[in-house]
Amino acid sequence: MKRTTVDLWVGVFVTAGVVAILTLALKVGNATSVSASDGYGVYAHFDNIGGLKPRAPVKSAGVVVGRVEGITLDGQKFTARVTMRISNAYQFPKDTSASILTSGLLGEQYVALDAGGDTLNLKAGDEIKLTQSAMVLEKLIGQFLYGKAAEGGAKK
Amino acid sequence: MSGALDRGVRHIGHMFVDGVWKLGAATRFSWYVLIRSGESVRRFQLTLNEIYFSGTLSLIIIIVSGLFVGLVLGLQGYETLKRYGSAEALGTLVALALVRELGPVVSALLFASRAGSAITAKIGIMKATEQLSAMEMMAVDPFARVLSPIFWGGVFSMPLLAAIFSAMGIFGGYLIGVVVIGVDSGAFWSQMQANVDLREDILNGVIKSAVFGVAVTLIALFEGYDAPPTAEGVSYAVTRTVVTSALVILALDFVLTSFMFTGV
Repeated sequence: MKRTTVDLWVGVFVTAGVVAILTLALKVGNATSVSASDGYGVYAHFDNIGGLKPRAPVKSAGVVVGRVEGITLDGQKFTARVTMRISNAYQFPKDTSASILTSGLLGEQYVALDAGGDTLNLKAGDEIKLTQSAMVLEKLIGQFLYGKAAEGGAKK
Repeated sequence: MSGALDRGVRHIGHMFVDGVWKLGAATRFSWYVLIRSGESVRRFQLTLNEIYFSGTLSLIIIIVSGLFVGLVLGLQGYETLKRYGSAEALGTLVALALVRELGPVVSALLFASRAGSAITAKIGIMKATEQLSAMEMMAVDPFARVLSPIFWGGVFSMPLLAAIFSAMGIFGGYLIGVVVIGVDSGAFWSQMQANVDLREDILNGVIKSAVFGVAVTLIALFEGYDAPPTAEGVSYAVTRTVVTSALVILALDFVLTSFMFTGV
């Protein structure tokens, strides 16, 4: 088969295109991070999730160990049921606690896991029993004002 | 008075019927192009030449415009984000805007005016000079030999061009944001990586651009094939290709976006 200059230029074009797609996937999209499919699923009930969204990171000591998969309302308890998928590389004790925190003042919300001291580890489908809800700014301000008012009343 | 009104109504009705007629013909035409594409795989050199024609030759305009779009996005995004004290989110802004919308759409618009118009002119003149009829006389199927290699060349080139556009745009945003203005380089990339999803954003962008590639090349081929065999007819057909492609790209973009990025 004879090689032509057209072959060369098409080769250049296809190489540039593939390099661009790989750059987008690896450098921009970060394909190397925890993907949604592998890992084990656990769930937790929160009184209030604030602005937590699916695909939000699950972090432990600031390291991303998984992702939030889904958020639904439990019809009986009227609490939010948050399912998370945690990478197989990380095992957590059964008495791990989960809390919803915010990264920065205006940043996105994430689930923070604080490892406990139990000898048994969480398995797929387990519930994280100890949870702490998201801080809702309005409630916080309300409490602050209420506290101030009570303080003022006591001084009189 | 009633005569003029009558003519006006009749004209509108005529335009409508004509449009439906043309749409039907275009659908039948697309079907022929698809069903006779065996040749473009068996004689791959034909498709390769078309990839060169519509892909490689569009490379310069895509790279340069991608770079400039990225530079502008970086500059404007920084000015706005700075007011909210979150200039580090510049990477996210530039990457999401390019990968989701601007990359596929702007490169498809450029592709329509750079390659689509050329395709229409080529097919229109081949028809006007009776080259297509001559092929049929020699028992060579013009659909298999000419039209479907062009179609597959365009469909293959379009996602690659869109990816190159996005990558160049992000590089442009990096240049203006990090190198010139001095946003922190680590924050720029890490915020981008945290917020751009491989499947949700990048793969959907690639799917979008493939759909645009199908639409633009089919419109360009059909307009060329449908053009009256005169100099004026071909020139009108080229204009129609660019206008129709632009409208179809923007309409399809809305439809695809509402399918892809809903929820959450």
